Amino acid sequence: MSTETVLGLLVSVIEFATLLYLAALGETIAEKSGVLNLGVEGMMAFGGMAAFWAGVETGNPWLALVVGAGSAMAFSMIHGVVAVVLGADQVVSGLALTILGLGLAAFLGESLIVEAPRARFDTLDLGPLADIPWIGETLFSMSAVSWLALFAGVVTWFVFTRTHAGLKLRAVGENAAAADAVGTSVTRVRLMAVGIGGAFAGASGAYLTLALAPGWTEGTTAGRGWIAVALVIFGAWQPGRVLLGSVLFGGLIALEPRLQTFGVEISPILVSMLPYLLTILAMVLLSIRSRNRPSAAPAAIGRPFRREER
Amino acid sequence: MLAVELVDIWKRFPGVVANAGATLGVRSGSVHAVLGENGAGKSTLMNVLAGVYQPDEGSVVLNGEPQRFASPADAIACGVGMVHQEFRLIPTFTVTENVVLGAAPTRLDRGSLRAQVGELAERFGLLTDPGRPVWQLSMGERQRVEILKALWRDASVLILDEPTAVLTPGEAVELGRVTRAMADDGRSVIFISHKLDEVTAFCDEATVMRGGATVAASLPVGELDASRLAELMVGQATAVSQRRQRAAQVDGEQSPALVVRDLRVRDVHGRAVVDDVSLDVRPGEIVGIAGVAGNGQRPLADAIAGLSPAEHGQVVVADADLSTASPAARSAAGLSYVPEDRLGVGLAPRLDAVENAVMRSYRRFARRRIVDRAASRAHTEGLIDRYRVKVARMDAPLAGLSGGNLQRLLVGRELDEKPTVVVAAQPTRGLDVQGVAAIQQILLDQSAAGVAVLLISEDLDELLALSDRLLVMHGGAVVASFDPDDADRTAIGAAMAGAVSTEGVS
Repeated sequence: MSTETVLGLLVSVIEFATLLYLAALGETIAEKSGVLNLGVEGMMAFGGMAAFWAGVETGNPWLALVVGAGSAMAFSMIHGVVAVVLGADQVVSGLALTILGLGLAAFLGESLIVEAPRARFDTLDLGPLADIPWIGETLFSMSAVSWLALFAGVVTWFVFTRTHAGLKLRAVGENAAAADAVGTSVTRVRLMAVGIGGAFAGASGAYLTLALAPGWTEGTTAGRGWIAVALVIFGAWQPGRVLLGSVLFGGLIALEPRLQTFGVEISPILVSMLPYLLTILAMVLLSIRSRNRPSAAPAAIGRPFRREER
Repeated sequence: MLAVELVDIWKRFPGVVANAGATLGVRSGSVHAVLGENGAGKSTLMNVLAGVYQPDEGSVVLNGEPQRFASPADAIACGVGMVHQEFRLIPTFTVTENVVLGAAPTRLDRGSLRAQVGELAERFGLLTDPGRPVWQLSMGERQRVEILKALWRDASVLILDEPTAVLTPGEAVELGRVTRAMADDGRSVIFISHKLDEVTAFCDEATVMRGGATVAASLPVGELDASRLAELMVGQATAVSQRRQRAAQVDGEQSPALVVRDLRVRDVHGRAVVDDVSLDVRPGEIVGIAGVAGNGQRPLADAIAGLSPAEHGQVVVADADLSTASPAARSAAGLSYVPEDRLGVGLAPRLDAVENAVMRSYRRFARRRIVDRAASRAHTEGLIDRYRVKVARMDAPLAGLSGGNLQRLLVGRELDEKPTVVVAAQPTRGLDVQGVAAIQQILLDQSAAGVAVLLISEDLDELLALSDRLLVMHGGAVVASFDPDDADRTAIGAAMAGAVSTEGVS
């Protein structure tokens, strides 16, 4: 196994981890407010398509990222209106969002398939740091978006645990009636959380079509959005643990096509199932741990809020 | 000047007048009790003060200034805090997080917030650990967190809605100390209760409500005894003509249809909420159980119906010992139960009329385990007709029906099984006049047909009108027995308040 192949693997791990972490972080924020959004895959595809289009039109990757995040945020408001404002079933609405997003992205992006990428993210130049062996060639050579994802994770953790806004968000996800009773608008907080979650999923899609695999084809998201949903559970709804999970699951995805070059005789299909298997294992462990205490999951997840009336 | 003045408050809900000209005046620095039976309008009046409901008429005045609250947030801003019966806490949050939620600086400094909450708690003698998650706390501690929430927002008026219902006796005494500390701090505490001993122990003044109106305002508690308050709560006799007309006298020699012997039930805290109760009901007899709410009536009914296990004691229906039988077996043996909580225990509000009507007897309408929809529907139509239930659509969820119609359907379902014994808990509570009359008539018809009826009610007029014998429960035990035909309300009130008169307890 040469140094190049190992370095190549590590770079690939970081890339996939970035992709997963952006989407999973957004879903964590939405779920912490009590809204399950199974539309991640659809939002990712929609945002990725929109970002690629904007990249082709403008040639500016940052502008394209903003377009991708913004359009996925707008798209997520379908879920916001149906599941949060109208209080319909979150599972049904989220699944519809995935199917609709994949379809819309394929339809609207039909003419983009032949386009060559004009805007893409390159590594962030950190000068001498990039010359450090191993770390310099991997960690300090990551794309600016990867740094952005890390930064977003730290900000999310800080907001969750150290600010009143985060306290309100978590309160809404745990017991909406209690939050409502002290004057927090449940609908507003949840809509914002769904929108931020949508923007992160869109940014993840943009990273996919502008950096990881530049270009647009139907099905380019390849179920990564579902892995992000599983990651939130695996990471027990904590930004830090979700990051660890993203690196682990990203590693599995990166390993998949390389197994044969490493001479390992395991079917890549088995490896691609591992994230889901690990998530089930994590759920088992979480429920064993929470037998005598509240579950790690937001208590109000999946439950629409209606103010009680006589 | 009074801290709180509620003047001539009217509040109507569809089919119910919850407040009919209620008034309340609370001095600052005092603990003020609001007394009344369930349905007297206490909670509605307090929800008006706390901004949950807007009154149809009348005014809310705080420290001489008229207020108009559009939401609880408005009331909180004016210094009115309310601790509801169901706590609104987040179990996974710490005490501090629960207290400051909604009223905290943008940036949370956990250490200093914890210290501030701890200081506040200490000032009022509210023992608690600000860093502990709420799910680890007892009900008493959770209540302290709710009180802290109000104090954190600097409430000058604190409403406690039946605060001792969830407390152990020791915790209740502790709460009395805390309310006194708040009053000494210049705040006003409004203490809603129907437990007379607590009112006399903790409060300075008492306002008594009945039927949505204030019947006695700001009585100095020191000059009253519990039995006088009980009398005010249950009211004076209305019309003697309401007394039932009985076709035949109950045969005293007949063997009883329902026998309860030495029944004891403990609650989750280990308190004996039903304390060695024995009673008999003969065929054709209506035995009434009176008592201030929460003195063991509901657990007694649940234990007779088999919904909660008894520690010891016997339940015999028509000579069959059902002491350990399942609810289904008791029902099959001829025991029907009209539970107090008609929508929670009695009916399934999201199912339709047919499904609710055959919920108990569906086996009769089944062929090879498949319910015959047409036969159940025909049966339901018969029930609806006989018990005059007004149902717009047979296949619509029940939730939209009025209380009276729900109760007719429930009572009809239970009585159509030709029971030998009926246990009816609060069957007319919350119904309008017509609904009350209809249900009472059904119970009278049943007893005329030879069914033994155990009627639990908080409405003394109803009990005096319907019962052949009247038992009074206090503290989980049957403490007195009266003949409704020549009963003395003052004596009944005294027995309800716990001043035991033991004249031939049966």
